[in-house]
Formats: sequence, structure tokens, C-alpha cells
Amino acid sequence: MSGTLEFTLLIAGGSFLAGLLGALTGLGGGVIIVPLLTLIFHVDIRYAIGASLVSVIATSSGAAAAYLKEGYSNIRVGMFLEIATTIGALGGAYLATRIPTAAIAIIFGLVLLYSAWASVKTEPDLTATEAGPFARLLRLGGHYPTPEGMRAYHVQGVPAGFGLMYVAGVLSGLLGIGSGAIKVLAMDRAMRIPFKVSTTTSNFMIGVTAAASAGIYLHRGYLDPGIAMPVMLGVLAGALLGARILPGAKVRTLRLIFGAAISAVAIEMIFQGIRGKL
Amino acid sequence: MANSHGWSDERIENIIGNLLRAGVILAAAVVLTGGVLYVAKFGGQKPQYQVFRGEPSDLRSVSQIFTEAVSLHSRGLIQLGLLLLIATPVARVAFSVLAFAEQRDWLYVSITLVVLAVLVYSLASS
Repeated sequence: MSGTLEFTLLIAGGSFLAGLLGALTGLGGGVIIVPLLTLIFHVDIRYAIGASLVSVIATSSGAAAAYLKEGYSNIRVGMFLEIATTIGALGGAYLATRIPTAAIAIIFGLVLLYSAWASVKTEPDLTATEAGPFARLLRLGGHYPTPEGMRAYHVQGVPAGFGLMYVAGVLSGLLGIGSGAIKVLAMDRAMRIPFKVSTTTSNFMIGVTAAASAGIYLHRGYLDPGIAMPVMLGVLAGALLGARILPGAKVRTLRLIFGAAISAVAIEMIFQGIRGKL
Repeated sequence: MANSHGWSDERIENIIGNLLRAGVILAAAVVLTGGVLYVAKFGGQKPQYQVFRGEPSDLRSVSQIFTEAVSLHSRGLIQLGLLLLIATPVARVAFSVLAFAEQRDWLYVSITLVVLAVLVYSLASS
């Protein structure tokens, strides 16, 4: 790698692929971009996390517009849970400046392993038959479109979901990722919200969560224009293309192959972290 | 949910969707402009990112980024684009306060104000 021009183009191309695969597999661009920058381009993990964080805001905000039109996202559920994710994200961003980068690499690898597993596993849909007490107080239930028309759903397990969202926020601020896998775990599993509502509301929340820690990353000098520029533009273009071809794509096979590949990357990150190389 | 007064949830979702899209397009355009200038100026130099040094102070604070961007410095322009991107979800939350107030939904006005306060704290603290 010689000059800045080649470096910029290579990173933009890699980020484009990361955004495309992130959208097709549902993993998001962030969990791919940080290993790409650190393991392949040997960029310091702090610059990588800063650049990943802004790309996460771009893809989340870009996709949210389309999802909101389809009528799946629940803006009340999203707004209430954003209290937990934004406070968590502030904590995560502060933590990132205090713990060694090797520890960040190891935690990143573990979260990556979980995300890869979560993207391939299939579980029966859990639905709440009646609203829990907090859900009733907060009027969290809603309707979502199905082939048979609009269907109503209830929400349960609000305290557990809120707690998991705090964890998702901390990991987002610490690792520069959207934490989509944990947000979906909180809504789909703990709160028993329909899967499609969970994933689109999770995407809707990711931008606000990432914005809470991005401000701190900016002030601390972790946002480098030379890296963030090709990453943000590349991931955004890749994610937009991914969203366009997603309806016709055979994602099941892609997820299995990619899940295996990302697990290998996760183990490599943990290994490099233990050796103190990242 | 039926609303006796104010905007429907559907209308709010539409406005929020358009707001987010406009913010991302604007931010990407500014980052791209800065990026072209950046590559034109620094394209031949060797990149140095293996060692973390942190950004200089003029690329960290909101007011100095504006000064840099107005004088069309490439790195300042990219930072301005990133700042616009970070501001997009913040604007979405700020708009939601107004939208819930329009619906007389004071519980959600309060919830949204808490989220907005956390975001403003993050952007203002340095």
C-alpha cells in the first residue's frame, strides 16, 4: 500500500463489500468493518471504532426511512428503549478510553461470535397473549402489516428488555457497532415483540444509540477524516445496494457461509487481542 | 393508536423518514466533496494509521470544525459532514418531542426529552 489515494480507494471498496454483506446477512456493517480495518489494513482499533460508528449512523438512518413507510417500526417502543441504549452508549464510550485496546479486541471477538450465531439460528416466534404491567402503562403495543392485513400485538418483559438494551448501548459505544443482534434479542425474545417489528425498530434505534457515543468519540479525537470518509461512503453505498437486492436474494445459504467466515474472524480478533497485537 | 387531535402516527413516521433521508444525503454529499479535495491534496502521501495519535484540536470541536469547513479545508469539510450525520438522529429525536406534544402525549414528550438530553450532553461535553 503506497499512497493515500490507493489506501482510500481500497478502504472504500472493502467498506462497500462490508455494507453489502452486512445488509444481506442482517449483521450490519459495523461488525465487519472493524475487523477489516484492524486485521487487514492494520489501522489502530480506536480509529476503526470511530469510523465504524459513523457508518452505522448512516446505514441506520438511510434504511429507517424505507422501514417507516412499510409500517413495521414501533416508534414508542424505540423511543422508550433509547433511554437505556443512549445512557449505555455514553458509558461504553467512556469505558473505551479507559480499558486497554487488547481487551476491546477480545470483547469485540466475543460479541462477533454471538452475532454470527444469532444470524443463523432459527427459533419459534414467541408472541405475548396479553400486555405486561409496564407495557400497559407505557402503551407499547401496536399493529403490524401481515399478508392477512394489520395484526395487533402485545408487549411483555419490559424491565428485562430495558436491561438488555442498556447492555446493547454499552457494547455499541465501546465497540463502534450497532449491537443489532442484542437489540433484537431484547425485543424479540425478552419483550416478545414480533420478529419483523423487532428488527426494524432495532434498526431505527441504532442511529440514535450510535450518535450518543459518536459525540464523545469526536471530542476525544477518534474520528479521523481520512478513514471515516471512505468507510462512511463505502458502507452506505453497499448497504443501499444490499437493501435493494435483499428481497430476491437467497440469504439462508449466504448467512451460513458468512456466519462461519465471521466466526473465524472473531477467533482471530480474540487471539490477536490475547497476544496484545491490536 | 387513535388520536383525537394532532398528527397521526403515520404522518409522524413519514416526516421522520424524510428527515432521516435528507440528513444522510446532505451529510454524504459534504463528506464526498471533502473527500475529493482530500484525495487531490494528500493523494500522494503515505497514510499513517498504525499508531494512534488522536486528531488535532481543530478537528475535534464543533466550532473549530465549522471554521475549517468554511475555509474549504478538505479534512474540516469531511468532519462537518460527519457532524451533520451525527446531528441527523438528534434532529429526529428533537422533532419527535414536537410531534408527541402535537398529539398531547405528555408521557412520550417526557421520555423523548430524556433521550434528547443524553444526546445533547454527549455532543456538548468535551
